[in-house]
Amino acid sequence: MILDSKIPAGSLAEKWTKHKFNMKLVNPANKRKYEVIVVGTGLAGASAAASLAELGYNVKAFCFQDSPRRAHSIAAQGGINAAKNYQNDGDSVFRLFYDTIKGGDYRSREANVYRLAEVSVSIIDQCVAQGVPFAREYGGLLANRSFGGAQVSRTFYARGQTGQQLLLGAYSALSRQVANGKVKLYPRTEMMDLVTVEGKARGIVTRNLITGAIESHSAHAVLLCTGGYGNVFFLSTNAMGSNVTAAWRAHKKGAFFANPCYTQIHPTCIPVSGDHQSKLTLMSESLRNDGRVWVPKTIELAQKLRKREILPRDIKDEDRDYYLERRYPSFGNLVPRDVASRNAKYVCDEGRGVNETGEAVFLDFRDAISRDGEDLISAKYGNLFDMYQQITGENPYQTPMKIYPAVHYTMGGLWVDYHLMTSVPGLYALGEANFSDHGANRLGASALMQGLADGYFVIPYTIGNYLAGMPYDKLPVDHEAFRSAEKAVKDKIQKLLGIKGKKTIDDFHKRLGKIMWEYCGMARNAEGLQKAIGLIQELKKEFWKDVKVLGDNEELNLSLEKAHRVADFIELGELMVRDALHRNESCGGHFRDEYQTEEGEALRDDENFAYVAAWEHKGNDVPEELNKEILEFENVKLTQRSYK
Amino acid sequence: MNLTLKVWRQKNNADKGSFNNYTLTGISEDMSFLEMLDVLNEELSEKNEDPVHFDHDCREGICGMCSLYINGKPHGPQQTTTCQLHMRSFKDGDTIVIEPWRASAFPVVKDLVVDRGAFDRIIQAGGYVSVNTGGVPDANEIPIPKRIADEAFDAATCIGCGACVAACKNASAMLFTSAKISQLAMLPQGQVERKERAEQMVAQMDAEGFGACTNTGACSAECPKGISLTNIARMNREYFSAVASSENV
Repeated sequence: MILDSKIPAGSLAEKWTKHKFNMKLVNPANKRKYEVIVVGTGLAGASAAASLAELGYNVKAFCFQDSPRRAHSIAAQGGINAAKNYQNDGDSVFRLFYDTIKGGDYRSREANVYRLAEVSVSIIDQCVAQGVPFAREYGGLLANRSFGGAQVSRTFYARGQTGQQLLLGAYSALSRQVANGKVKLYPRTEMMDLVTVEGKARGIVTRNLITGAIESHSAHAVLLCTGGYGNVFFLSTNAMGSNVTAAWRAHKKGAFFANPCYTQIHPTCIPVSGDHQSKLTLMSESLRNDGRVWVPKTIELAQKLRKREILPRDIKDEDRDYYLERRYPSFGNLVPRDVASRNAKYVCDEGRGVNETGEAVFLDFRDAISRDGEDLISAKYGNLFDMYQQITGENPYQTPMKIYPAVHYTMGGLWVDYHLMTSVPGLYALGEANFSDHGANRLGASALMQGLADGYFVIPYTIGNYLAGMPYDKLPVDHEAFRSAEKAVKDKIQKLLGIKGKKTIDDFHKRLGKIMWEYCGMARNAEGLQKAIGLIQELKKEFWKDVKVLGDNEELNLSLEKAHRVADFIELGELMVRDALHRNESCGGHFRDEYQTEEGEALRDDENFAYVAAWEHKGNDVPEELNKEILEFENVKLTQRSYK
Repeated sequence: MNLTLKVWRQKNNADKGSFNNYTLTGISEDMSFLEMLDVLNEELSEKNEDPVHFDHDCREGICGMCSLYINGKPHGPQQTTTCQLHMRSFKDGDTIVIEPWRASAFPVVKDLVVDRGAFDRIIQAGGYVSVNTGGVPDANEIPIPKRIADEAFDAATCIGCGACVAACKNASAMLFTSAKISQLAMLPQGQVERKERAEQMVAQMDAEGFGACTNTGACSAECPKGISLTNIARMNREYFSAVASSENV
């Protein structure tokens, strides 16, 4: 199938402006005749639901949490980028566009990324108008910081809780529309399937998580704002409930899944402490501004550390390997996330890891404290140091932090065109749920920007272009398409409850996570990936024969909720591995051992792989079909990323 | 360490509910409190018993979904969320009592899960600035003194977990409601609707069945984000001045 990304003609800087004029509009009096379903209430979902309701559409908003305010966007710490150039330091829309394209290792679409940079400035205005308390200077104007190695200060922040403040802003706008009667909220409700009629998205089937009721909802368009799929690895920085089920079930109904193997592994997380661990905690990237990353030069010293025979401070400077500063003299500890993560893996694979499991490196503030004093370091990072001590029981003012990379964000997601529409007409994907803007690697402080750009400033325009061609009549929920979808959902639930096997759901989830981390994590190779396919297929068979799902459907049932999610993660896992196996190059977060430069850096193959891999579901247990969207670069020159 | 848990079990809202005792062995002090409950649930599942239901999501202390009344305190012995509480706060041989939030405005759904929809409805009553997307002024057009912005931020860090209600003998939601009223009353963007907001949010809070404030300060002492009692004083001032000058009397 030919993928039409519907990128408008014209010069890069004019595309969006011209296109906004060219798109069809829906008359204000007719907007109230349309109904839109929004699944997920994070930054993308809440901002889209509120903005569409303000325009006059009728919106139904769904989330699995008890309140829309809980969505995992709330946990983002660092900040949000915008090309405001308030600091007079040379930032511009084009520079933000360029940095994002380059940071994504030239695997994203120029037109989308440019639009993102363009609307970034409006996001900040909008949030301030809502009462979001961003950090300010003494003169009362907004403060900015440099983030994630950017050479300009374009990151807006609200202490270490930027995601929380932005989400509460979007949640307040959503709440206002609930009060106005334009949005109907469905908390503790999970989407179980997408309903299509004549190829168009016409509604969803949901499960009420409290009563177990299976219900149909009809609409003229459906927006999936359901976040990423990092929990396929079991351990990640995602929330416990974050899952791929809505996106995956839409995929099985015809929405292509793009670049599933692009996963971001964040370098500064608290290491795993034992088998009981349920999630990993991120320590903000900003710590690398002052902390120095190191491991001992020799395996012998590392072994002594692991046995607690010596303490970190006993190791002399000449016996320490500040490996990022050594290998990347110009960027040092501030290299991008993928580079920092991979190097931590290398030194630990060599046997130089510093904790009991051998999977940790030091992030040391000794020199920063002796240079700036403990007070200044505490003012900058006090809350992070406290959090670290709370979790690990160690005091980072006295002994270096231990960190290790962890799965954090997924750049892959449902394929969308320039309008954010998936390959199913009327079905849209926004925010982390789509694949569109970050290529093979996302830059710090860009996730919040993209979620809000999609919800506040893109979908309100593009959805009208589609709805203008739709009849007003809604499909009745007793239509055959809804009935058969409901039946399929109920059958699947009965099947899960009926297996009555011996192994718990977490047991399967943990085993899947281990396979994914081992073979499809920070570094991959063909042999390992081949092996992983077999292992996942066996795991899937075993799941459907031997999983134990307790309780009934007609109650709050955490086992049943998890069983659905893990079943879908297993299927997605196989697709991720296949995607990683087919992409015979290294780019951004996708690193194949076979494809690296002499110095061990990612080696792209622009001639053969400068495309988006969009996978098409062809039926259960049938291999997915690869569709390619060729990426064309007219405004940037493809170069080897270098942070030496 | 080895522990005895006394856990509130209640099949649904209509059920009367009671405590069940469980013993756990080999718990590591590095585990979080919720990971300790994960271990319990894995053991229950293996014995074909219904796992203990509790709310949780981000497990990094910010989403506000986790609750739990532990040994007579919301979120347990530390001033943090339950997900950030670690087992090193307990001793080998301890008995730990775990209950849901107790408040008539937070009905129990199952076991330790309660319905906090009342908080959403309080926000819907006015916890926002009525601006539509687009057409707003440039973000730097209205300077805001740093001190004011910081103070508004402190109020805005409320995570809506409900610990304040659980801690209060009157099950009052004043700390939660006042945090939002304060944030928006301090900022220039919140001025236009300042009076109506205070009136409507307080009215909704009362309609939901939350109790009154008797200034014991338990809410602020137990708040995992340290939301200050000053906010309640500010809300009272906002409310009374709004009512006194209201045109809706």
